[in-house]
Amino acid sequence: MPKVFYTQPDGRQDVIEAAAGDSVMQTAVRNGVSGIVGQCGGSLSCATCHVFLAEENADDFAPVGDDEDEMLDCAATERQDNSRLSCQLILRDGQEVHVTVPEAQL
Amino acid sequence: MNLLIVGAGQAGVQLAGSARDLGWEGPITLVGQEPHAPYARPPLSKAFLKGEAPLASLALRSAAFYADKRIDLVTGEHIDRIDLAGDGTGTATSATGHRWRFDRLVLATGARPRRLPIEGAGLDGVLSLRDVRDAQALAGRLATATAVVVIGGGFIGLEVAATAAAAGIPATVVEAAPALMNRVVSTATADIVATAHRAAGIQVRTGLRPVRLRGTDGAVAAVELDDGAELPADLVVVGVGARPRDELARAAGLRCDDGIVVDARSLASDGRTIAIGDCANPPDPSPWSHDASRLRLESVDNAVEQATSAAATLAGLDRPYRGVPWFWSDQGRLKLQIAGLARPDDEVVLRPGRRPGQHTALRYRGSRLVAAECVNSPADFLAVRRALAEGISLPRTTAGDTALPLKEHLAAAQRADTMELRGP
Repeated sequence: MPKVFYTQPDGRQDVIEAAAGDSVMQTAVRNGVSGIVGQCGGSLSCATCHVFLAEENADDFAPVGDDEDEMLDCAATERQDNSRLSCQLILRDGQEVHVTVPEAQL
Repeated sequence: MNLLIVGAGQAGVQLAGSARDLGWEGPITLVGQEPHAPYARPPLSKAFLKGEAPLASLALRSAAFYADKRIDLVTGEHIDRIDLAGDGTGTATSATGHRWRFDRLVLATGARPRRLPIEGAGLDGVLSLRDVRDAQALAGRLATATAVVVIGGGFIGLEVAATAAAAGIPATVVEAAPALMNRVVSTATADIVATAHRAAGIQVRTGLRPVRLRGTDGAVAAVELDDGAELPADLVVVGVGARPRDELARAAGLRCDDGIVVDARSLASDGRTIAIGDCANPPDPSPWSHDASRLRLESVDNAVEQATSAAATLAGLDRPYRGVPWFWSDQGRLKLQIAGLARPDDEVVLRPGRRPGQHTALRYRGSRLVAAECVNSPADFLAVRRALAEGISLPRTTAGDTALPLKEHLAAAQRADTMELRGP
């Protein structure tokens, strides 16, 4: 079972046991992790699931796609090198993933 | 204090969680008519219909979420009677005779597909799409269909047509208005979308009305149009809009007019009952509307944002529903995103895309930017959505200049606004 560690801007952390095949966004929304909105359900339409992905997880996921790249440029919280849209981070069994939630999504 | 939420869709689920987060301490009961735990509807016309997303992947929340928030989720119960006292308390009764007493009531009953008022609408093979059961039935039909006619060129109709075409099934879209997505987008955008669908092999027929569905042995065989043409079809999908499910509210004596009439705090005419989502008719939430007009919206954004505001009302906070409405529709390879609400007479400034297939239409009411229609241009969409939310407009004279990305235009406009505020 994958496990996701969500760190809020104030340092508070939620640790969620996820299901393989779900995204980091779905896992957050389904379990009420604050700061990840994901209104469009993962169809790359809303950019409200922006996260900062921990360096140790950088190579665990498919690279940033064209639409994701374009949307991250316009994210509500300024993009950093480790910015991802968490709907594009699909979890696999055994993974431990650390992400930090930005200050704002909208 | 018992909180009862009737309707377990996107709005009902959002309100249940937000009410708990904002300090509602008593029992929260969320009653849904369908047998499934609450799920996301948008994929029903796309990934779910294609068989790419199982129902479990559509769940809005986990079982742990309902347990942690102490939300009593009741599925498979259709509330068909509400006894409402003047102070907003009362009892709801389901078709199976179960009763729930409540201190505050939330109606989040959604909408139902509008039916086609023509002969043959009841034939086998004529379907509409609203819930999982509809989508399962449609998926089953698509597996064997040889010719699909979609009646209605709105978001759902076009999404279904794109799904059918991608599966190699000949599909025709019939729209009564002169352009697709009538009154929702500009004709410039509608034309771009129609061209893309035609290129994908979909027949797009606008300005035509179906007058009769003809059947053979009780099953649909053809759609007759008002120009005399007859389109063969063994599957007809009706996507001609939806009507609010406001019959419980009407029976309880609440004011209804194209949905349950509510104020910006989501309070119905008794000043106590809350109504949210597709079934509610609130003041236009756009920042520049000043509550001057009403607007019943059917969108995820509206369900979530209105429900969040309504949860604050229940907590005794004053957080009226305000925001820039936005919509998306994935139609095959087209990603359509709309920020803000345009009226048909709002003017259009076009920004052709940098890459083929990209298109943005900015909509202006006088000198004010009020909306953007973006095709395969997510950066433009996000830039305008944020600008509208922050009250930043963009001079019409320069808005069409594509040498500069929209994001840069808006940043410049914001700087100009700030300078003006600070003064010389």
